[in-house]
Amino acid sequence: MSELLEIAERIVGWAGSGEQVEAVAVHERETEVRAYEGEVESLTVAESSGVGIRVIRDGRQGFAYAGTLEPDALVEVMREARDNLGFATPDEHCSLAVPDGVAPIGMDLYREALLNLSIDAKVQMALDLERLTLSADRRISGVESAEYSDSVSSSAVATTTGIRSTSRETGCFLSAYALAEQDGETQTGFGFSLGRQPGDLDVEATAAEAAERSTRMLGAVKPSSGRMTVVFDPWVSAQFLGIVGGTLSGEAVQKGRSLFADRLGEDVAAPVLTLVDDPTDPAAYTATETDGEGLATRRNVLLADGRLERFVHNSETARRAGTVSTGSAVRGYSSTPGVGVRAVAVVPGDRSPTDLISGIRDGLLIQGVSGLHSGVNAVSGDFSTGAEGLRIRDGELAEPVREFTIASTIQKMLNDVTAIGDDLQWLPMRAAGVTLVIGELTVSGV
Amino acid sequence: MVQVTDMTGGDGAMLDPQVLLDALGVAMATGGEFAEVFVEDRRSTSALLDDRRIEELTSGRDRGAGIRVVVGETTGFAHTADLSPAGLRAAATAASAAARSGGSGVRVVALDAVSGPASALVEILPSDVPKARKVALLERADDAARSRDGAITQVTARYADSQRRIQIANSDGLLTGDRQIRTLFSVSCVASGDSGLQTGRESVGHTIGFELFDRVDVEELAGRAAGRALTKLDAVPAPSGEMPVVVGPGGGGVLFHEACGHGLEADLIAKAASVFAGRRGEVVAAPMVSLVDDGTMAGEWGRYAIDDEGQPAQHNVLIRDGVLTDFMWDRLRARKEGRESSGNGRRQSYRHLPMVRMTNTYLEAGDDDPAEILAGTERGVYVAQLGGGQVNTATGDFVFGMTEAYLIEDGRLTAPIRDGNLIGNGPAALLDIDAIAGDFTMGSPGTCGKDGQGVPVGDGTPTLRVARLTVGGTAA
Repeated sequence: MSELLEIAERIVGWAGSGEQVEAVAVHERETEVRAYEGEVESLTVAESSGVGIRVIRDGRQGFAYAGTLEPDALVEVMREARDNLGFATPDEHCSLAVPDGVAPIGMDLYREALLNLSIDAKVQMALDLERLTLSADRRISGVESAEYSDSVSSSAVATTTGIRSTSRETGCFLSAYALAEQDGETQTGFGFSLGRQPGDLDVEATAAEAAERSTRMLGAVKPSSGRMTVVFDPWVSAQFLGIVGGTLSGEAVQKGRSLFADRLGEDVAAPVLTLVDDPTDPAAYTATETDGEGLATRRNVLLADGRLERFVHNSETARRAGTVSTGSAVRGYSSTPGVGVRAVAVVPGDRSPTDLISGIRDGLLIQGVSGLHSGVNAVSGDFSTGAEGLRIRDGELAEPVREFTIASTIQKMLNDVTAIGDDLQWLPMRAAGVTLVIGELTVSGV
Repeated sequence: MVQVTDMTGGDGAMLDPQVLLDALGVAMATGGEFAEVFVEDRRSTSALLDDRRIEELTSGRDRGAGIRVVVGETTGFAHTADLSPAGLRAAATAASAAARSGGSGVRVVALDAVSGPASALVEILPSDVPKARKVALLERADDAARSRDGAITQVTARYADSQRRIQIANSDGLLTGDRQIRTLFSVSCVASGDSGLQTGRESVGHTIGFELFDRVDVEELAGRAAGRALTKLDAVPAPSGEMPVVVGPGGGGVLFHEACGHGLEADLIAKAASVFAGRRGEVVAAPMVSLVDDGTMAGEWGRYAIDDEGQPAQHNVLIRDGVLTDFMWDRLRARKEGRESSGNGRRQSYRHLPMVRMTNTYLEAGDDDPAEILAGTERGVYVAQLGGGQVNTATGDFVFGMTEAYLIEDGRLTAPIRDGNLIGNGPAALLDIDAIAGDFTMGSPGTCGKDGQGVPVGDGTPTLRVARLTVGGTAA
């Protein structure tokens, strides 16, 4: 890790007079095992690294990156970044982050236990996952993929403005994608498990979940169109909350691309909804101590009891807005810092999903959505996605349904949230999931 | 001694064949059926204009090698950014260990340089064009979009080019390479009105150099993006439910990409994770449907001389007159079936394993008249631009988005409608196609995602009608 910081510091040392320089250096080790029909289908072991350099002079920014840390490449990247700045439009707010005195919250995101896990043990987990998924139910006809993957990543940021930051994290992940078959019909379902070390992973539960989610879709029919109460399961709600979080980026607001731009301090959601972006929660899979500019991450309340409390900022959008960074710069080594939420979660309610469903006479439980990239317009707020799930009749889960869409607008949906479950669950994305009841969505089917 | 002819068009072969041979030797040292070294050197430039400012010009370089070893049913894979002989040997050792060799003895490999299809000719290498000229395009687009109407409140314009050189050597003795140049330009606009914010996007991308801008007028492209956003300020909510859907020329490629393209990829077929498994030779679509995947289409976004396993790109007929003729294949899946790869083995970069992917997928032109198709549709939706899609190949259910669409009432286009998805089932939708026009057009450049890997793909269609799809709007 200190080696990455040394590299970043060396680059920063190349700054000429009047130049601001920022270097980000990253290194990652990954393993991925895929099992198929009792054999290892593929095993990938890889190390990769990269560097990104920003040079700013007279309010102009230039950027370049390379997927290596070789000394010759660093020199070339520096030269390119310096050359590129000459083509940018000068901007008074274009500048690097400066240390803001906020200390990173120490979190234990790096586990030696993962580093010490043998390849054989990883292979065994993938093989077990496939076998257990296949044997979970006699209707499971195959497993399209059963996978174990992990990563050990570290990064460092250094700047001429005095930023020196390092971070390192471990993560591991199991996923199974099951095929269920009955009477010539096939349905699919996935299960997953994630954590920072192997002990966090639950092979049995992952297999059982994939089997359950696929078999319960057997016999699914297309529902009729209409407006009805819809329940999002955690997997689905997390995807929508991630999109909502995206609309609260300071950059989207400043550039006239946020549907919430003029609504700070107003009620934009049902009072039951409090939404927080907190990358300092170690339970979040996306937790991190520092952001893409090397500032400490922090807990940001976005919506409090339905009222819009704040937008998130990196140092540049904060300067433009006359405020301070919320530690929300997001980036890889191959891009300049953007602005975004990292770990969005709603404050959970106190009722179980079963309890919430028991109060719904006629509705739908959504367990999967598709086409979020093609059917959600985060600028206008229109959304419409493909969906599958189960009907809810008289408070009980009933027949499976598929090949329909659910639609509304982001604005309306946030106001239509009527209840929140107690089942908060961190997922492999920038949001946590929780059971959410939406009073009314348009269902398009037959 | 192996001779290598320069097939990369630039500064010669990328790595010395002897270095590749050594790596293959290490990869096969403890046995195995197949080993391969894939070397890639990618340089890219992108420039972004947003909020009236040239925000940044970015230069990128990614260079490295991916080595795979196949032992029995297992593929071992390792990659490295270190292209020195020692770096490659280390990756080869890791890949070999990963494949858990059964130790069936050492194989000697000799490389045979294949003069495969020539790399695409490029008139103006993007790397030879001054950066200032690239940036100037963005400002022209910004001005054009904003001058279209005062309601255009934001414009984002992006220029991107890439030069990707690849070199492939494998234990079958293959040694080949390609140079792939891509140039892309896109404009996104936000229009603001009483109904809120709306968006419009337009893009153009080809496997050619900077001569793209001799053929494409960026002002006109920006004007179309702006027009799309402005039109939608008056849009009504999309209808909800099943109805006929007419897709305009060039717009329908995504529909086929999702409705059946992915389902015809041999890796998904082999795992019975496709509704089209076992259906070769059967009628799977209406009789006028002929669908092709063609990696050889000059200049198109999904074009290449060889795929990422060294196989020359081909013109592959997938459906002929409604009958399923063949799937798409990569080397691994073809090897198991005892046949040739169809040139569809692709990977995002040297850091990824290849798998079966589409190239340029298109529906051949039909005999119908586009105006008559519209006039013959009493009530439905006309989709002028699609915005991507997704499919579950095992069930066949697929969605695709509409980013410019209109109501059809009494055979005429009426109100524009707001963005949303349409949903259908692939096998049913293919049979429900009841009209195909003669106005074939290629669509916009796309990036296809599968298992976390993105690759550039093209598509094209004439105007067509599907008798019944579910439109996912909110209107009654």
